[in-house]
Amino acid sequence: MDYDLNREQEMIRDAVRSFAEKKIAPIAPELDENEEFSADLTRQMGEIGLFGMFVSEKYGGQQLDYVSYAIAVEEVARIDGSQAATVAAGNSLGIGPIYYFGSEEQKKKYLPKLCSGQYLWGFGLTEPEAGSDAGGSQTTAVQDGDDWIINGSKIFITNAASDISLGVTVQAKSGTRQNGKPEYTCFLVEHGTKGFTARPMKKKMMWRASNTAELFFDGVRVPKSAILGNQGDGFRQMLQTLDGGRLSIGAMGLGGAQGAYELALKYARSRKQFGQPISKFQAIAFKLADCAMEIECARNLLYKACWLRDKKRAFEKEASMAKLYCSEVMGRVANHAVQIHGGYGLMKEYSVERFYRDQKLLDIGEGTSEIQRIVISRHIGC
Amino acid sequence: MEIVVLLKQVADTEARVAPTADGLGVSTGDAKKIINPYDEFAVEEALRIKQQLGGSVTILSAGDDKAAEAIRTALAMGADKGVLVNDPAVMASDGLGRAKILAAALKTMAFDLVLAGLRAVDDDSHLVGPAVAELLGIPHVGGVLEVTVENGSVFCLRAADSGQARVKAMLPALLSAQKGLNTPRYASMIGIMQAKKKPLQTLSLADIGISPDSVGPNAAKTITKAFMPLPQRAAGRMIEGGTAQEKAANLAKALKNEAKVI
Repeated sequence: MDYDLNREQEMIRDAVRSFAEKKIAPIAPELDENEEFSADLTRQMGEIGLFGMFVSEKYGGQQLDYVSYAIAVEEVARIDGSQAATVAAGNSLGIGPIYYFGSEEQKKKYLPKLCSGQYLWGFGLTEPEAGSDAGGSQTTAVQDGDDWIINGSKIFITNAASDISLGVTVQAKSGTRQNGKPEYTCFLVEHGTKGFTARPMKKKMMWRASNTAELFFDGVRVPKSAILGNQGDGFRQMLQTLDGGRLSIGAMGLGGAQGAYELALKYARSRKQFGQPISKFQAIAFKLADCAMEIECARNLLYKACWLRDKKRAFEKEASMAKLYCSEVMGRVANHAVQIHGGYGLMKEYSVERFYRDQKLLDIGEGTSEIQRIVISRHIGC
Repeated sequence: MEIVVLLKQVADTEARVAPTADGLGVSTGDAKKIINPYDEFAVEEALRIKQQLGGSVTILSAGDDKAAEAIRTALAMGADKGVLVNDPAVMASDGLGRAKILAAALKTMAFDLVLAGLRAVDDDSHLVGPAVAELLGIPHVGGVLEVTVENGSVFCLRAADSGQARVKAMLPALLSAQKGLNTPRYASMIGIMQAKKKPLQTLSLADIGISPDSVGPNAAKTITKAFMPLPQRAAGRMIEGGTAQEKAANLAKALKNEAKVI
């Protein structure tokens, strides 16, 4: 048993924490208020190596382990959910599928650009009529000679409609299997391809500084070489991608919880009522004690899930648990944090309300909390 | 261009410090340790000069086991190798003692330029840089804000008493970095992983030919008699008054008659 992080992991935490505090914290409230995605900040995050963290150096990645990746996402989320979303989605959903399933040619073509943070890539899975029921997606791909024609639409796709979005991975129904079930295939579609439109989605409650897109495929013609991996692998690729993605969402929940907790603790120690800091009142102190305890549990669970993945052992159950638990812990902590701030907690001047809003996505994205409970219950034999 | 950066590990600037029970030392609790911020400017400048002129950047620190972490961080920023003089006498030395140790270590190394921070944010003696230069018999330019190396000389802009001065020094020279010289880069993920493979040499006092009696507490030229906590800040005073005008009048009166500042 060894609970210590190694020296590099500690250094990564220090480096990302320092970057997030100095470069992200000062502008996060304004980007949130203006619902503005910052390509410049994304590039800066790329410079310190926040994209392609688990990708081999050969393709411009940082070749780190998953524990390091979780730490990095956690530290960004401790300061701002939107930027953590750009990083987490960029790695797990943008870069991940190309790295794990792409051909050598595809990897060489796209990964160096994406790992630099100069460009982003989206992962088109969710559809207006297919959320938790990902198998019910209606986007189709039909073979036409050596090409494929894609039709349909996708919704809530992170990083897919910014000025620096290079393209998307889109999952489409490409036929019917012998057992009568639909066959799915993923395609890499670049921006600028005829018939492909990406439109930014606005008026979000949370992650307001991250880029979210609606995608439209209107007779989009792509060559056979645009298939990610093999024809028919789409559903498996999607499931594997989401397993990894859960670790990132877990890290976002953990980091967000840590950030909201620190704000609440700092406020409680300085805010005086009835002649003493409110942290001296048990009603407040016990809330903070609960937060500290739950964050500790969340961190141990998430790091263990990452560790299992690094050891190439089964991690799916733990990834689901970590995603679910870290999200819910952040929900409770952000709620306490706003409560401890009282009236000020409702004002934008205090960042704690941003944590409160940003948290809600975590219960919903990359498999809702309900879906996570289904995954866990299946793993334990229900 | 062989550049050596003198680097000190200090407690985080946000650490809560307090005198120890005997009043002869300062406790920083379990505060995080960081690179002295002024030394970070020196590291950044060294990396920029290397980028331009080639050569290598060596980080030299005198400290304890933990100081290796600060050196690793500088290696992660892009420095090439590290040297740590690790001996119990180091931590018990005054500024002059540390300068002797660093100068002795530098004598075992090849260098064209030595960069240091103007001051360390813990002891704040402003002494080590110039003392090392003196011991080595090389020029020292303090508080540099701009550095250009050209044809065996270094051209610096430095902060002077009531303005700035342009100074030329012949190499080898020692420069100490003032705030404003540059904005240090962040260690990148790839830099952190590469730092793992970079050489970090540990030297004892014997390795650099220093006898333990010539440094350490017994050889110290300055002796700290006591550390005292900062005086508690007195509570602020609310200016009374029914209306804004009345408050303003009372404030003006207080500033004139009590504070005597107007």
